[in-house]
Amino acid sequence: MFYRLSGVHHNSYKSDSKMFPVRTDRNAIIFFLLLGLAAPFLIPSLYLNGYVLPWLIWTAAVLGLNLVTGWAGQLHLGYGAVMAVGAYSAVHAAKFGIPWEFALLIGGLASSVIGSLFAFTALRVKGLYLALTTLAMQFVMDWVLTHSPAISGGSHASLQAPTFALLGQDITSDAGLYYVAFGWCVLVTIFMLNLKRTGLGRALVAVREKDFAAAILGVNSFYYKVIAFAASSFIAGITGALLVATFYFLAAPEQFAVHVSIQVLAMVIIGGLGSIIGSYMGAALILLMPGLVNQVFSASADVLGLEIGVETLAHIPNAAYGALIVIFLMVEPLGLGKLYANIRDYLMVWPFDQHKK
Amino acid sequence: MDWIFLSELTVNGALTGLLYSLVAIGLVLIYKSSAVPNLAQGALTMLGAYVVLAFSDNLGWPLWVAIPLAVVIMFFVGIGIERVALRRLAGRPIVMILMMTMGLDIFLRGTTLAIWGGSSRSLNLGVSYDPFFVGDMLLSRIHLVGAAVAIAIFIASVLFFRTRMGIRLRAISDDYLASWSVGISVEGGVALSWGLASIVAVATGVIWGEVQGVDQSLSLLLLKGLTVAVLGGLDSILGAIVAGIILGIMESVGSFYLDALVGGGSRDLIVAGVLILTVMIRPHGLFGRHDIERI
Repeated sequence: MFYRLSGVHHNSYKSDSKMFPVRTDRNAIIFFLLLGLAAPFLIPSLYLNGYVLPWLIWTAAVLGLNLVTGWAGQLHLGYGAVMAVGAYSAVHAAKFGIPWEFALLIGGLASSVIGSLFAFTALRVKGLYLALTTLAMQFVMDWVLTHSPAISGGSHASLQAPTFALLGQDITSDAGLYYVAFGWCVLVTIFMLNLKRTGLGRALVAVREKDFAAAILGVNSFYYKVIAFAASSFIAGITGALLVATFYFLAAPEQFAVHVSIQVLAMVIIGGLGSIIGSYMGAALILLMPGLVNQVFSASADVLGLEIGVETLAHIPNAAYGALIVIFLMVEPLGLGKLYANIRDYLMVWPFDQHKK
Repeated sequence: MDWIFLSELTVNGALTGLLYSLVAIGLVLIYKSSAVPNLAQGALTMLGAYVVLAFSDNLGWPLWVAIPLAVVIMFFVGIGIERVALRRLAGRPIVMILMMTMGLDIFLRGTTLAIWGGSSRSLNLGVSYDPFFVGDMLLSRIHLVGAAVAIAIFIASVLFFRTRMGIRLRAISDDYLASWSVGISVEGGVALSWGLASIVAVATGVIWGEVQGVDQSLSLLLLKGLTVAVLGGLDSILGAIVAGIILGIMESVGSFYLDALVGGGSRDLIVAGVLILTVMIRPHGLFGRHDIERI
């Protein structure tokens, strides 16, 4: 139907290392890229900047966490803290008068440095204990942010971001901000798409699968863990800075608190570990779900004539968000990316599905 | 140096620490049998307190009816969670199990608050608020009661692990494949440990509900319980008690000195610091087994 291949076969190393083994995937990506470029002309700016822009920025964050959790297999529950480092350093740098291009870089590098500290715990422990340490580090970072007015910006604990500007041009229009987010998300996606074709990506996967075995093959697992944490933190830092610069417009500690770390991890898991298309879908699902559930509940309450209290209505999205995570892990632990792959693999040989699984 | 004040800080810290141990015991019970770190223990604690309140406050039944009823209900809630959510994740990577318990935490918290509302409610056990004098030291009565409950649960669990069922649980925690092959129902044992942890969550919820009121903040006890459990060794109930006392004292005395330096709120910092240091220096904790995988 959509696919003119019957399964993916390779006859050469060159074809094996192609970015898109299925041509339809590449065409779909080109289509969505054009759609993304045309989005400001197609979507009302309220939806564009209220839904699409945060979705793209969170997707970049999810891809960054996927690098360390999905590719390198290291649990990370302190991703919000790393984003906070980038956001605060970039905003402070921009306030200091440094152009935004360099402020973003400073944010990314600062995040890399702090994020590599997380890697030093990964040197010592892994699995559950790594998760607990990164969680504790997240709490330390929350504490530092809320208790140091010099960083968080005075008694109100909010820091106004200066007007975003690139190459000397102030970017204030809705479409302009959208293109910034879009460009960053595309950059991160291209990086991640290429990562699995490089030696670095293969080394990370080797470390994830079994670090002893990787070490025997000559892969220095500690080195690659630090690389993974540093690279993912760099992405996190710039993403955090862009989130403040183009969406929140002011930085506050609770934007990067522990629930944010859990949310990004939930996006990674629901999207599928190590899946790029899944990262997009996971971020979209988790971001859109609370609003949708609220609308469904208030609409059905209207229809049925039920009185739902304000407090109940306020907490239902949370319950649904938890339920979503639980149900996903029960039904399809490998996430939306795996669902997509299943459908694609089915359609690829349809209607001549010879081997039943 | 005011020795009476320091000893008061120490003793009250130790008592608070024993209340943290209550959370930690729930975590340890589950971790011991199935190696699942139950990040939903905080939410279970909160749910337990709200269920007690539902009977005692909303229906007006006396506490001696409400608490046993809540214990029975929560026992089956715990078993249900294991049966529905955790069992099919057995053997999956730890990241999925962690995410599952975090999802359960969010779900239970959201559901509880959607049903009963988020405003803080008081749970009155009838323990007087007058301080209890030991020499010149002031001690809080409810903390004494809570510490007694923690010790009682500890003794009960030590005795329980000597019964036939308890020996089965110990066998499961030792080697579940071997237990399977000699005919022990591993699934049943793990489900039972979830039920027991939920019972402990009711006790925790009642005591902490009396101490600080019943609201969302009960689920924040998770971090402290987790720290206590890790410091004591994730699979040792004795460790949970000892580590609770240690953490309580460190928190109470440490925050007294640190608060003056950093301007308040250093309790959480101390807890997070203890957690990081424990994992870095001695990941298996004080009394845990040594077979924790290192790199």
